[in-house]
Amino acid sequence: MRHCVEFSGISHSYEKDNGEKVLALNNVNFTIEQHEFVAVVGPSGCGKSTLLRLLSGLITPSQGTVRIYDQQVDGPREDVGIVFQKPVLLPWLNVIDNVLFPVKHKYGRITQSHREQAMALLTMTGLEAFAHHRPDELSGGMQQRVGITRALLLDPDILIMDEPFSALDALTREQMGFDLLVLWREKPKTVLFITHSISEAVLQADRVLVMSERPGTLVDNITIDLPRPRSLDTLQHPEFGYYTRVLRDYIYQTDRVAA
Amino acid sequence: MFVLPAPSDIAEAFFQVESQRWAGHLWATVSIALQGFLLSIAISIPMAMMMVRSRFLARTLYPLLIIIQSTPVVAIAPLLIVILGTGEAPRLVITCLITFFPLVVSATTGMLATPPEMIELSRSLKAPVHKEIWQIRLPYATPYIFSGLKVAITLSIIGAVVAEFVAAEQGLGYFVQFSTSYFKIPQAFAALFFLAAVSLILFKLIQWIQKIGFAWSLTKTEL
Ligand SMILES: Nc1ncnc2c1ncn2[C@@H]1O[C@H](COP(=O)(O)OP(=O)(O)OP(=O)(O)O)[C@@H](O)[C@H]1O
Ligand SMILES: [Mg+2]
Repeated sequence: MRHCVEFSGISHSYEKDNGEKVLALNNVNFTIEQHEFVAVVGPSGCGKSTLLRLLSGLITPSQGTVRIYDQQVDGPREDVGIVFQKPVLLPWLNVIDNVLFPVKHKYGRITQSHREQAMALLTMTGLEAFAHHRPDELSGGMQQRVGITRALLLDPDILIMDEPFSALDALTREQMGFDLLVLWREKPKTVLFITHSISEAVLQADRVLVMSERPGTLVDNITIDLPRPRSLDTLQHPEFGYYTRVLRDYIYQTDRVAA
Repeated sequence: MFVLPAPSDIAEAFFQVESQRWAGHLWATVSIALQGFLLSIAISIPMAMMMVRSRFLARTLYPLLIIIQSTPVVAIAPLLIVILGTGEAPRLVITCLITFFPLVVSATTGMLATPPEMIELSRSLKAPVHKEIWQIRLPYATPYIFSGLKVAITLSIIGAVVAEFVAAEQGLGYFVQFSTSYFKIPQAFAALFFLAAVSLILFKLIQWIQKIGFAWSLTKTEL
């Protein structure tokens, strides 16, 4: 069967400046189907961001193969969009130029149709009024929206998000989560969503991958069978409590083993 | 014994010298300072870009730059005159030598301080390294470069004056030396005030350029 994303036998170690090797991931195996929303949770430093770098082709694994639609990933791809933990906006460009930056950086020039597309996306993310503002005039949540809009510009099939809402306050965070789900329904994409919030993972995802402490490996893979569209009501759903409890138990268990 | 002129003497000396003469000296110094400053920018920014691009170049050039920087320019100045003659060339070179170190250092520091996520953004778009430098690292370094420019512009006046001390028939530095040697101390002081004023104006000019063209690079307190 053709999976959208496939990690098989992935181990990765980083080399520190003093030549010492740090094993970040150890034999990680999983697949993601097309247009599935998968969340990854795990303790700090377990290798979640490493997963992102591997899937986006920014680094190649020490062992194993990452595949996208059966093609080995050996460098950055056009059909993968990245949203970083921080918004990573360029302070010298206004909002719309930030959104258009990937086109300018990659192709050298921006066409009128790109501009229209960027404007349409900004409308979709509720930022059209701020298109010509500088990033530092925006709130943290709005800045992260710009980061998401930028990742959507080249209309990637796969969207990887590395703790995209972790810098936001709880209310904004919840709102952004629901907005993301709306976007995802309007423009279906395969999503790999990294988070350290269990409830966020359960609320958003079709499936949650649980990682152990470093060296990170998958300890569980839980399908979240909650109805869609998800909303604030989902939080009241009896199954919601069940899933968060199960996940919490897993993470505590791995913590204890490691301790 | 101290010989300090009264402010009234300085003011008097100021008006004794015809304004045309002042203008001539002023222009001689400012034009060398500005030309040296611009030349210095034209050399140091590309050099910083190359050093950021290649670690090998950085490792070979940096020690060399430090050696040049730690050699007192005042000591090299007479040599340069002998080598390059008494025209404008040695004065430009001296101004350049004195200004370019802060520029190279600030530009390099700024470009290397670019957050790794911005670099990852560039890599994820498969952009070539020169685009990473032109479109991300260099603009990111703007506030750093402006700090360097502010230091360098005042140094450029110092450079021009040092050069005039060694060989010149024009310029405020020459005028200070000339006046002192004829014991016209109030006149020398008047020239000093001119130099300070010019430095200040040029400094403000850089600040103004940053405010008009690169307002985003100012921190809140600088606005
Ligand atoms: N460039 C690097 N050089 C050396 N070690 C690294 C490097 N990048 C990451 N590591 C190490 O690899 C491990 C996994 O890092 P990674 O960033 O993937 O963790 P993470 O799960 O994303 O952590 P967090 O939740 O804090 O973001 C960490 O222990 C980290 O110290
Ligand atoms: Mg991380």
